[in-house]
Amino acid sequence: MLENMDLTMVNWARAQFALTAMYHWLFVPLTLGITWMLAFFHTIYVKTGNEEWKRLTKFWMKLFGINFAIGVATGIILEFEFGTNWSNYSWMVGDIFGAPLAIEGIIAFFLEATFFAVMFFGWNRVSKGFHLFSTWMVAAGSTLSAVWILVANAWMQYPVGQVFNPDTARFEMHSFADVAFSPYAVNKFVHATSSSMLTAAFFIISISSWYLLRGRHLLMAKRSIVVAAVMGIFASVFTVFNGDESAYEIAQVQPMKLAAFEGLYEGKTNAGLAAFGIVNRNKQVFDDQDPFYFEIHFPYLLTLMANRSFNSFVPGMKDLVYGNPEHDILGSAQKMVRGKQAIASLDAYRQAKKNSDETDAATHLAAFNETKEYLGYGYLNAPEEAVPPVALSFYAFHIMVTLGTLFPFIFLLYLYFTKKGTLEQKKWLLGFGTITYFLGLIAGQAGWVVAEVGRQPWTIQGLLPVTIARTNLTAATVQTTFYIFLFLFTALLIAEISIMLKQISIGPEEN
Amino acid sequence: MAELPGHRPSLFRRIVLFYVNGFRQMTIGRTLWKIIFIKLFIMFAILKVFFFPNFLHTEFNTDQERAEYVADQLTQPAPGMMH
Repeated sequence: MLENMDLTMVNWARAQFALTAMYHWLFVPLTLGITWMLAFFHTIYVKTGNEEWKRLTKFWMKLFGINFAIGVATGIILEFEFGTNWSNYSWMVGDIFGAPLAIEGIIAFFLEATFFAVMFFGWNRVSKGFHLFSTWMVAAGSTLSAVWILVANAWMQYPVGQVFNPDTARFEMHSFADVAFSPYAVNKFVHATSSSMLTAAFFIISISSWYLLRGRHLLMAKRSIVVAAVMGIFASVFTVFNGDESAYEIAQVQPMKLAAFEGLYEGKTNAGLAAFGIVNRNKQVFDDQDPFYFEIHFPYLLTLMANRSFNSFVPGMKDLVYGNPEHDILGSAQKMVRGKQAIASLDAYRQAKKNSDETDAATHLAAFNETKEYLGYGYLNAPEEAVPPVALSFYAFHIMVTLGTLFPFIFLLYLYFTKKGTLEQKKWLLGFGTITYFLGLIAGQAGWVVAEVGRQPWTIQGLLPVTIARTNLTAATVQTTFYIFLFLFTALLIAEISIMLKQISIGPEEN
Repeated sequence: MAELPGHRPSLFRRIVLFYVNGFRQMTIGRTLWKIIFIKLFIMFAILKVFFFPNFLHTEFNTDQERAEYVADQLTQPAPGMMH
């Protein structure tokens, strides 16, 4: 793989960010999801007074603690990378995200320092009510701590509620509500948290299935499976419906991303949704090659997903690159012209300000304001550069959707055989169940690949491409830290897996 | 840290005792805390200091200079794009 990588600074910085974010997302979904499971387990214990539920709660709490400890602060490295590799971007968005991220970090720290301690140390030392309240607060705090970073990501995909200040070269928050409650942000938060819950449900099912296969801790395993499967069904159905809402949102604000992850080059009315396909990697947006070597489509479904109707037009990559006057679509080629006008006006404005020519400055500022929404396109060298990597987007999207469709059925099967009382005899299901956690992780990672690869070349959609967002560093500098991270993260992952496996092997404490 | 019978310590002392006893009774938690501290040391004392300087803060002294630099970047032609 590495020998095929483009050895430029931007691509190394992208690779490093992807490595860090994907590693971080190995821990986050489990933390986000399992805290809610713990809250339910703990509640059942307090309601019933049954010591088996207490034992069960303490066991899953311990595994959560291991995951949290190894994963904590891995996200901070992303912030390091902003300042070092993406300094222009970091400067430009500092006004929007700096303070809220800092406030969120402080609140999360105090919530965690207080309620984590009570949750872990509080058995028989604080009242049952306060102890349970603390467990619920840990769940709420963990989820809240993900809010602003997901809002920030959503804003980069769909920038709203900001104005660009040409004097400071910064985006400044114009409307907090527009930024925090944009439909894109709400969808992203709900999708990320609900998918995290189903990943956590699979974590519990994987380990419990292993116990059942080994004939160990049978009661605990079966009880854990019931709660996890019920939570999992709700979470997975919610994730599927919310995913559909996200796709609709993408079709409206990032049509190029939708076209890329569907491999749709030519826009269509009544477009079908690809069920399966082998992408032609040599296909270019300007040629007439077939985009697929092989494909199966569900008729009409892409149009339905993108526009909530059967008879509307879904633009393809060609329409979005070269424009389509019939459907009133402005292409990247036309946007590039306006973007270059915006850059020229910005430059002229700065020169006029330096010369203290306020009249001239006002004229150029007015010209800049007319074209500023296309600013990012002015940095492209060719309109085809607006097309993201199609094959990677396509495969990631279809892996995510296929797994997401499969998940509710897995949970249903577990509940069905549990109700029939034959789960322990279903070795095939239990064997498959042991790997479901990894399927949940793969689906989550694929989802982020769709979100981030699919929006290339933009750091901020339409406004700032990665080539301008980056710092002027050499590729070698970023390569060095890339390998340091690779080593460090691998060591941490090995530590987590070995500690986790040891604790799973030991199982819950007796009495 | 044992308390005299019949003596109820202050709220502050009870909170401190809660944490101290909690940490003392940890088993796997001790290993995890060691990993956390080693990790934070590597991140903040090594990586942040030697490998991840904040570019704009190390190269420029004032926000005015930083703004000028970024604005210069925004008004220069872009290097070649690549996917």
